Amino acid sequence: MPSSVSELILVAVMLTNLALLGMGRLRSSIRMVGLQGMTLGVLPLCVSSQGLMWPLVVIAVGSFALKGLVFPWWLTRTWRATNAQAEVAPIVGPSASTALGAALIAFSFWIGSRFQLPPNVPVVSRLAMPVAVATLLSGLFVIVTRRQALMQVLGYLVLENGIFVFGLALAHEEPLLVEMGILLDVFVAVFVMGIAVFHIAREFDHIDVERLTELRD
Amino acid sequence: MSVLLALILTPAVAGCIAFAWSSRGGRRAILLLAAASHLALTLWLWFQRPVVASQSWLGVDAMGLLFLTVASVLFFAAAVYSLGYLHDEQQSSHVDIEEGFLFINEPEAVFVGCLLLFLASMTLVTLSQHFGLLWVGVEATTLATAPLIYFHRHHRSLEATWKYLLICSVGIALALLGNFLLAVAASSSRSGHAALIVLCLQQQASHLHGPWLRAAFLFFLVGYGTKMGLAPLHTWLPDAHSESPSPVSALLSGALLNCAFLGILRLHQLCVAAGQGDFSQPLLILFGLASMLVASVFLLRQADFKRMLAYSSVEHMGILALGVGLGGVGVFGALLHAVNHSLTKAALFLVAGNILAAYATKSTSDVRGIRRVLPATGILWLAGFLAITGSPPFGTFLSEFTILKAALDQQHAVVAVLYLVLLGLIFIGMANLVLPMTQGEALNKGQPHERKRGEPLWSIAPAAVLLALTLTLGLWVPDWLGGT
Repeated sequence: MPSSVSELILVAVMLTNLALLGMGRLRSSIRMVGLQGMTLGVLPLCVSSQGLMWPLVVIAVGSFALKGLVFPWWLTRTWRATNAQAEVAPIVGPSASTALGAALIAFSFWIGSRFQLPPNVPVVSRLAMPVAVATLLSGLFVIVTRRQALMQVLGYLVLENGIFVFGLALAHEEPLLVEMGILLDVFVAVFVMGIAVFHIAREFDHIDVERLTELRD
Repeated sequence: MSVLLALILTPAVAGCIAFAWSSRGGRRAILLLAAASHLALTLWLWFQRPVVASQSWLGVDAMGLLFLTVASVLFFAAAVYSLGYLHDEQQSSHVDIEEGFLFINEPEAVFVGCLLLFLASMTLVTLSQHFGLLWVGVEATTLATAPLIYFHRHHRSLEATWKYLLICSVGIALALLGNFLLAVAASSSRSGHAALIVLCLQQQASHLHGPWLRAAFLFFLVGYGTKMGLAPLHTWLPDAHSESPSPVSALLSGALLNCAFLGILRLHQLCVAAGQGDFSQPLLILFGLASMLVASVFLLRQADFKRMLAYSSVEHMGILALGVGLGGVGVFGALLHAVNHSLTKAALFLVAGNILAAYATKSTSDVRGIRRVLPATGILWLAGFLAITGSPPFGTFLSEFTILKAALDQQHAVVAVLYLVLLGLIFIGMANLVLPMTQGEALNKGQPHERKRGEPLWSIAPAAVLLALTLTLGLWVPDWLGGT
């Protein structure tokens, strides 16, 4: 159906990546990842060429609710409970990160053009593959360059979102049960990571993972 | 089919009950009961193996059953050990052995509950005949084990837990991408319907799209390789395995690493069936040798005996990858070695728990004279060392020798030489650490906690049984193992 709608969504996802990389505050970063989650929650509704199928509707509702509402709520709650500082404390600053994010997008388009899809694969949009790769790399970049434990959780979520785009665009005929299993695992992962962050804050009085260096050889 | 569901649901339900049940005795009883019934069901599968329908998501094949049995046996041993361990650990606060501050333990309900959920998720991994379901299981094991590593609530275990949780979650997320790449590779063969069922994919392996299958294998190797502890993706492993309580370390090293290995192994077999073996085999050999090299470097100068065991796990995961990468009898050698390593390493971690409790230190240079202070533990520690370094007549010798034979069969002379040199180095490195610990007089430093509990049966019997099994496998390999 409406490939123009799905392209709009994919572009929006790309923009949220860039915005996230340019952010200096934890609170707004959580909101931005929530926004990305909500945007992605709509994507399952526009990938099928045969109109609405109920497994995709279930995935859409589940993703929207979890990634757009539950995760931001839970992470904000953890952030409040930890009294963590408001700044993201990046190793690479916001403007340099945004520039790098733009470079990542260029790289993703190049990668996307290199890979030849096998025949018979229904492609939602030519944008899907570059957006998936760019989102995935942005997530990895956030994990590597942000020192706050909560930002690393956000990076993991963005990475997961990238893989979600990829799966929806190219392999959306996966059975519902597996998709729901994946969603459940991510949910529990974010939940457990939030608890771990809470414990880190209580034990160390900070959530700066750069300073977790006791264990080494 | 109902047996398979029972195998997964028994520990899962027992785990949920353990979370909610306030009675300490009840929780421990349910742990033992669930472990015993899981073992009984698993053994029953050996005699009454259900036929795998090619479309079903759950099933038993020889490889899955092998890893399931290892996990089940190890879990039963660790459960018995845990009962005594929890009894010893039940006072309200503890003195940290390295820095002397006070800390508390995790609530026992969380520990027992997560332990049982861990078993359920491992069972799911070994019984999955669907790549997506296998992924769900592997990620579930990460989440169930994270609270177990943080049993002792202090900053070192917390640091280990965080690294484990984050690095493994990212790794496994990459393996999920590998699953989607595999789905794309498979969708060209049929009219867009991509089911990631192992048997279906095997049957139409020749129709899989080559480049996408290779990409999928790369992501499987990096993703599950992280969880399996292949160098250079192993960085979380020594921390997590050394900071967690000993029965948990035993399960992490002995049972969980195998589960991640199973994920790589299943896709590798698919690659071979699809004619892409030339791509996947060199990669496995490379990762295998790299893991052995890294492990040997860190083993030579290791000051902490639990970290020593953890690096030894990295080494043995390398040997598994190498064996599978070599192909031929190497695959059989690797599977046999997986069993041997699991039994031995679990026994060693349980014994290390006894040493840690008696000497109150993890430093190899502060532990002396185990043979005098804890006679049975000393014998097991020495026997475990001989077994893990592949000395005859233990099963590890046989399996490491089989992998060497595979290298020679395939004319990989360089690989064979490197393999032998690294095995030799690791033997010397571990001997330098383990032998002084066993011999000599106990230093004064370890005295205050010494003989706190003697050597109760629960601390000796599980490790002794596991080592006896390794010894048996060295003397006699049953026919049914040859069939896998």
